[in-house]
Amino acid sequence: MQFDLDGENMKVTKEDLENVAVLSRLSVPEGKAETYIQQMDSILTYMDNLSKVDTDNVKPTTYALPMQNVFREDVVKPSLPREEALANAPLQEDGYFKVPKVLED
Amino acid sequence: MKYEAVIGLEIHCELKTKTKIFCGCATGFGAEQNTHVCPVCLGLPGVLPTVNKRVVEFGIKAGLATNCTINKYSKFDRKNYYYPDLPKNWQTSQYDLPIAEHGWVDIDVDGEKKRIRLTRIHMEEDAGKLVHSGTTIKDSATSNVDYNRTGVPLLEIVSEPDLRSAEEARAYMEKIKAIMEYIDVSNCRMEEGNLRADINVSLRPVGTKELGTRTEMKNINSFKNLEDAINYEIERQEDVLEDGGHVVQETRTFDPARGITLSMRSKENAHDYRYMPEPDLPPIVTSEETIEKYRSELPELPDARRARLEKEYGLSDYDAGIITSSRAMAEYFDSVVATGADPKLAANWIMGDLAKNLNEDGIDITKSPVSAERLGKMIGLIMKDTISGKIAKKVFKEMWTNEDDPEKIVKDKGLVQITDTGAIEAAVDAAIAANPKAVAEYKGGKKKAIGALVGQVMKATRGKANPQMVNKMLAEKLAD
Repeated sequence: MQFDLDGENMKVTKEDLENVAVLSRLSVPEGKAETYIQQMDSILTYMDNLSKVDTDNVKPTTYALPMQNVFREDVVKPSLPREEALANAPLQEDGYFKVPKVLED
Repeated sequence: MKYEAVIGLEIHCELKTKTKIFCGCATGFGAEQNTHVCPVCLGLPGVLPTVNKRVVEFGIKAGLATNCTINKYSKFDRKNYYYPDLPKNWQTSQYDLPIAEHGWVDIDVDGEKKRIRLTRIHMEEDAGKLVHSGTTIKDSATSNVDYNRTGVPLLEIVSEPDLRSAEEARAYMEKIKAIMEYIDVSNCRMEEGNLRADINVSLRPVGTKELGTRTEMKNINSFKNLEDAINYEIERQEDVLEDGGHVVQETRTFDPARGITLSMRSKENAHDYRYMPEPDLPPIVTSEETIEKYRSELPELPDARRARLEKEYGLSDYDAGIITSSRAMAEYFDSVVATGADPKLAANWIMGDLAKNLNEDGIDITKSPVSAERLGKMIGLIMKDTISGKIAKKVFKEMWTNEDDPEKIVKDKGLVQITDTGAIEAAVDAAIAANPKAVAEYKGGKKKAIGALVGQVMKATRGKANPQMVNKMLAEKLAD
């Protein structure tokens, strides 16, 4: 997805929408594409206000709280009993999580 | 046209921590499926991962041991993709601020040194294991997933595309393996998948700079497969280019049984991992003191150890290279030498009879039936002229299955070298009397003829005569 960072000619295309939908494993209902494109476009245009702020001397924020180096020692803790681990699995087999076909032909 | 291969490796190295990278689940190999799992590594909602301190330590040490710059500000990122081996639908990895960058290691191929640059080393979690119901992923209607390995810590070590052949790639991977073993961050057991490589291969006409289109082969887990996959891929791409075609950028799978690579065509769109900073893991800030502390804890590394063996013991560069190629072998060597054994003899025995027997029986040197101490004692017997080098081979063979001291074996088997002048003299006289032709040749100036006479004496004494004494005595007698 290429954005025009000046914000003047920003345009989400149908291909962008389809690509995002595929990446998100979502399907776009019939007749909704145009609405979604417009909505995405207006969200991105709004967010683009941020690019007007001068951030040349500001480090990217990667973590909202003033924390660093939160570590744990390398000590084994009990794992879940397998029955509990598998309790919510839609399908299971011989202690495994069972999943449908992974790669399409 | 003549082509040049351009090869880069991404090596995944499983770390030998007790627990996973973000939770306290055990990492042990071979546990029952889905018994080393918890809400964190299963990606259940509402959990908070916490970084295992040892993983950061190992990452920094690996960086220092490969001449990298350590990033004092490092963070984790989410790499998004949908595949059932990761239950969260993203892999927690590192994107723009990996723990270490810009390193290098030196490799030797055919006696020539070459420097291979490292792009980066980053920390990430391993994925789970899929067991397919069919024979391949494509013909399987369903797959079973074991998440024990999910969250096991990995270092991904990425090289620049500096490698030009399968041999160089192998030498590079062997060097990385040796370094990771030396600094003790990984077991490096390739058969257990501790060390796996993704290979990128492209070709370009010799003399050009621009990179060709590359293909990628993932999860190569043996040196042989690494070489075979690269050699096959170079040939395949050459054929494509020679026929006027274009190499397609794709991931290919290597089939070791047939020695070929195959396209893994799928309808999957081109990858778009949409990396984003991992909001649940605060950044890792490392002080100069911490970096220096870890640096001070590093052991002598393979290159330094190799140089030391050459300098201290006069080993050849080649021998020192082999001895130091694994930490276990280098330590074995040091232990043999510590018994007072001659270093060159020690190196020869380790690379010769010991390596041969270990290979044949598929035994790791750390579990050798002939311990370093016993080999040292046996070499001591050679040095004291109690046994000859030739007899030592018999003694060594016996030691392989007999736990006795070499000295006792030599006595019990009657292998003590004959150094009794009288006994040797009798055999020497007999040999001279029985071989007038060799004697005449020797006296006529053909000095090599003495070899036949020495052989006769050794045969008569069943190899137990001291060869130096035999030579000396023969020369004296024939000089009369």
